[in-house]
Amino acid sequence: MKISRRAQWILAALTCLVLGFIYIPLAVVVINSFNPSKTFSWPPSSFSTIWWSKVFANPEVTTSLFTSLKAGLGATVISVLLGTCIAFAVSRYNFFAKNTVSLLVVLPIALPGIVTGIALNSAFNTLLQPFGIGLGLATVIVGHATFCIVIVYNNLLARLRRIGGTLEEASSDLGASTFQTFAYVTFPMIRSALVAGGLLAFALSFDEIVVTTFTSGASVQTLPQWIFNNLFRPNQAPIVNVVATILLIAFMLPVWLSQKLSGGSAAGSRL
Amino acid sequence: MLRSKRVLAMASAVSTALLVIGGSLVATSSASAASVLPKVPMAKSVGKGEGALNIVIWAGYAENGSSDKSVDWVTPFQKATGCKVNAKVGNTSDEMVTLMKSGGYDGVSASGDATNRLIYGGVVAPVNTALVPSYANISPFLKNKSWNSAGGQMYGIPHGWGANVLAYNSAKVKPAPTSWSVVFDPKSPYAGKITAYDSPIYIADAALYLMKTSPALGIKNPYALDQKQFDAAVALLKGQKKIVGEYWSDYTKAVQSYESGNTLLGTSWQVIANLISSDKKVPIASVLPKEGSTGWSDTWMISAKAAHPNCMYKWMDWIASPTANAQVAEWFGEAPSNAKACNFTADKSFCATYHATDAAYAKNIYYWTTPTSTCLDGRKVACKDYAAWTQAWTAIKG
Amino acid sequence: MSIQSPERVASKNRISTWLYLHPRSRLAILLSAPITWLVVAYLGSLATMIFSAFWSVDSFTGNVIHKLTLENFHILLTQSVYRDIALRSLGVAIFVTVVDAFIAIPIAFFMAKVLTPRLRNFAVVIIILPLWASYLVKAYAWRTMFSDSGVLAWFFGRFHISTPGYGLFATAVTLCYLWLPYMILPIYAGLERLPDSLLEASSDLGASAGKTFRSIIVPMIYPSIIAGSLFTFSLTLGDYIVVKIVGGKSQLMANVVYDNVGTAGNLPFAAAAALFPIIVILGYLTFVRKSGALENF
Repeated sequence: MKISRRAQWILAALTCLVLGFIYIPLAVVVINSFNPSKTFSWPPSSFSTIWWSKVFANPEVTTSLFTSLKAGLGATVISVLLGTCIAFAVSRYNFFAKNTVSLLVVLPIALPGIVTGIALNSAFNTLLQPFGIGLGLATVIVGHATFCIVIVYNNLLARLRRIGGTLEEASSDLGASTFQTFAYVTFPMIRSALVAGGLLAFALSFDEIVVTTFTSGASVQTLPQWIFNNLFRPNQAPIVNVVATILLIAFMLPVWLSQKLSGGSAAGSRL
Repeated sequence: MLRSKRVLAMASAVSTALLVIGGSLVATSSASAASVLPKVPMAKSVGKGEGALNIVIWAGYAENGSSDKSVDWVTPFQKATGCKVNAKVGNTSDEMVTLMKSGGYDGVSASGDATNRLIYGGVVAPVNTALVPSYANISPFLKNKSWNSAGGQMYGIPHGWGANVLAYNSAKVKPAPTSWSVVFDPKSPYAGKITAYDSPIYIADAALYLMKTSPALGIKNPYALDQKQFDAAVALLKGQKKIVGEYWSDYTKAVQSYESGNTLLGTSWQVIANLISSDKKVPIASVLPKEGSTGWSDTWMISAKAAHPNCMYKWMDWIASPTANAQVAEWFGEAPSNAKACNFTADKSFCATYHATDAAYAKNIYYWTTPTSTCLDGRKVACKDYAAWTQAWTAIKG
Repeated sequence: MSIQSPERVASKNRISTWLYLHPRSRLAILLSAPITWLVVAYLGSLATMIFSAFWSVDSFTGNVIHKLTLENFHILLTQSVYRDIALRSLGVAIFVTVVDAFIAIPIAFFMAKVLTPRLRNFAVVIIILPLWASYLVKAYAWRTMFSDSGVLAWFFGRFHISTPGYGLFATAVTLCYLWLPYMILPIYAGLERLPDSLLEASSDLGASAGKTFRSIIVPMIYPSIIAGSLFTFSLTLGDYIVVKIVGGKSQLMANVVYDNVGTAGNLPFAAAAALFPIIVILGYLTFVRKSGALENF
């Protein structure tokens, strides 16, 4: 169908409106990070970088940042390994419970975070406490990895379906062993999907708050938990805006990178 | 086809087994009956500090200078004992009980509506008061009370006590309120700008109001409510919900709510009013209304499974010592438990204002207590227990 | 290729040959680790939680009583407040899904069919980027916007309209905002896969733009809409934080679950309440699978 110029302009206007809707609250956050008022009364009275100078001096911010990084890294590594296994299994083989398996993989992210959180919490408390193991970074990583698996799985599945199995068959026909085929043929083709999936899994783990609340216990605090605890504190809330602005800027590069790597298809999205 | 059917059958058998195993694996401690005091061992001596301390506190009880540079009694403690303090704020008594039961914390500053649950649940250990030198100077009317002792044994060190206040924006709320009716009256001129405490224990505030305004109901103790009295209190709160703007449990959210103008008045803590007036964004005042108020008497308790018991005993001694007790009492806005603390307050009339050593005044506050089915005022009828209060609170918020 | 010792090459070749000849074992090896993880860690803990819904707590000490009882379900089903909360949560979830779908379709269509490929990638990036701004901060930004001294009050004040303030409406708007990218992306993916030739053929056969939209485009992207709705639905049903931030005095089902776990310490009751979103979403997942939308990520 030919989309008339008028329709194109209307669509463009609607898109701009929606993009405005999406970005105005973020702009408010960025502007408020320069707002010296502690209660964010609008419009801001003046421009000040006072909060920016305080953010790096705050030891809680840096500790929780490192905790989040460690948790994200752990969750990403585990979910990449497990997600790759399942993606290969589902795309290359036919087995009787295939549909159940793909449903099982989606379940951790389909069910609400609070359900996953309290389920893991009660399981950890029941099974680990008798051994004296408390909740901590390891339990956070387990929780995050569980729902990050599907991210890697989706990315890799889409890629494996696109490249098909013929190249691998050709490789074995030419005499390569299973390991050689994987190393020289398969892996280079899926590498970028793995990176894209890994980046998205990391970002999901980094921003997660609900499951983390239930699996972190007393000793561990990730960055989103720090944000949640300080959202309403008059002295700390402005620093939260600064942290948010930094995160926004910091994620621009990985997001663009993961888009490029997944071949520009929206199948490389967070879903 | 046959083979997959067999495997399917096996799979369902396995999953049923998993369910059963999962269930039975969870068979751990059985519930202790409410009237049986669990046997928890008491410390015999205090050794060297373990280097760390995890405590659950009310907001403002463990200040380390991050709220206000001059308000800090944690850093000197850390320097003196080497115990690094990691404090988790509990917003309500319920949260504190849940946090303590999860393990991982060495102690808690529990109010009277948490203490007995912790004692009879075996979550806290009796306190050897001989190991806490500051205990000698605690006001006598705070020792061996029903909420901090059981079987003649103290289960904690009293921290301080106070009343819930009516905090209001003195610029917008005129004339200055003197009665709780401003937050309960459906025709209140401040409808939509009122706040209330988000915890089932707030039902006692409604009961207290009814105690003074509807004597026909015969309420003698706002925590001992039979069905009729309970229904009246719940009805009052359901009516109040229509004029409430926001419920609060996080004290920082309450501060922000007052400062942004979303809340003009409501039940609050003195520390919240103090924080708001130090921010100087809105003028705030507080008053103890003529009907009286509910309040709290807090006790520091040590966990039965404390990982750092020595540090906890050191902390209990520190916080109950005159200087620290004075600091925390002034910061929070409550009466200190240590009578000697009155010599160390910055404001010399502080103890007089808060009636710190006035035992008769202390008796008139309706301290947070856990309601039980056995009426706390001694009546031989069936009173509503805390589970009923909790369910009613969900129904009130709707 | 590096020179390796004959024995090493031989043993590697043996393993490789064995793997090649036994596809079922390959499958078993591939599946063993992840399935063990998912079944034990995830399903096992879900089972524990669901099992605990049949327990109760001692009303005084709060300790769990390990005796099977239907008490929790009795309370949930008989007390009307829980029915109200459940219906309210469903209502909000449906509202958010519908509104997001309405907003997402035109913008996804614009991105997929009108923009040039280079601009298209750029557009996808700017749509995805807000997903990585912290969820909490976005919700808090809406709190400041809805507050009485915030942006919306200032904006509407100039037209002498008062803001709705905190409450269910603010919650719904914030949730629409938060989940919008999750709806845009699958619809965009679906539209991208839609061949332009189909649309041209439709207009060649005389269909107007509206008819093409109704008869060709919507049925083709229907699975994508369902895929996006799965996320808006499930994320809304499980959210308790946004209500705490902009919800004022309202509460949703997830708050009941959260309050009973964290505050009241009544895990059995929370687990029973959590069964509501679980059943709704499992039902929705089954419906989604039948429509083929799960292939559409």
